[in-house]
Amino acid sequence: MHIPDGFIDIPTSAAFGTLALAGTSIALKKAKSEVDDRTAPMAGLTAVFIFAVQMLNFPVAAGTSGHLLGGALAMVLVGPYAASLAITVVLGVQALLFADGGLTALGLNVFNLSVIAVLVSFLVFKLMVKLLPKAKSAIPLAAGIAAFVSVPVSASAFTLQYAIGGNGTAPVETVFIAMLTTHLLIGIGEAVITMLTVSAILASRSDLVFGWSRKEVSLEIRS
Amino acid sequence: MNQSKNNLKRFYALFFLAALSLAGGLSYYASSSPDGLEKVAEDEGFLESAEDSAVSNSPLADYGLVGLDNERLSVGIAGVVGVLATAVIALALFALIKKRS
Repeated sequence: MHIPDGFIDIPTSAAFGTLALAGTSIALKKAKSEVDDRTAPMAGLTAVFIFAVQMLNFPVAAGTSGHLLGGALAMVLVGPYAASLAITVVLGVQALLFADGGLTALGLNVFNLSVIAVLVSFLVFKLMVKLLPKAKSAIPLAAGIAAFVSVPVSASAFTLQYAIGGNGTAPVETVFIAMLTTHLLIGIGEAVITMLTVSAILASRSDLVFGWSRKEVSLEIRS
Repeated sequence: MNQSKNNLKRFYALFFLAALSLAGGLSYYASSSPDGLEKVAEDEGFLESAEDSAVSNSPLADYGLVGLDNERLSVGIAGVVGVLATAVIALALFALIKKRS
């Protein structure tokens, strides 16, 4: 779901670029609390892993594919602020080296995938951790549900950008419904990949999974 | 203590190798159908509003090495370069963030 240049007009792209920049500056300040000597490589490698998995488009419906966005996966593995930065690095590499996602559209993509997807994942994950049994086995499920929800929400963020400054002529309602239905399907793939990855890492190094090892985060959000 | 440190290194090495083999090998088998946004843009008639990115003539544009006909090698090289570029930037970024804390 990388927006190319031209879909959204320049003023709207610039406005969302400003929001994306604000989000990234906050993440840069706050990520300190999430990375230490032991977990800093984990945050970097999470970005690498997400870059790799984003290359693996899976078929979802006739003539349509989807790929991992990774907001929920990164958030559960390394925490929301480090996750946001990790996804932004991925988006930057994709836009600059591979012309995947436009350059003037980079702010739109960072807003949708590094800010909104991570934020929504964080909120849904916390809610699920609260509702589900307090067991390690509940973490992949909570991560999967967060991942599932994050995709249609990010897709709707695109629709919002289209509504404000889309260069197309299709009505916003039509685009909204088409984006939502397609990305509900892609969300299933996102949930499966996220659950499998989180399960595998929990099984081998649960101390490196932020969403499991940093329990104080769940207390923080409750207050 | 020492053993746990070694285990950590081994875990990170495996995690990196997993990413490298997914991007360098499995990516060849990825679906080439348009992704969700591209399909919607096509169906709703705004795909033509897309413009070439300023770097659309990058030698690695669209995840292939320019001038290389072997599709498997082309996407594999693109994947490996992407993994290495992401690793250098992301590992340096988080090492800097860690240092400041």
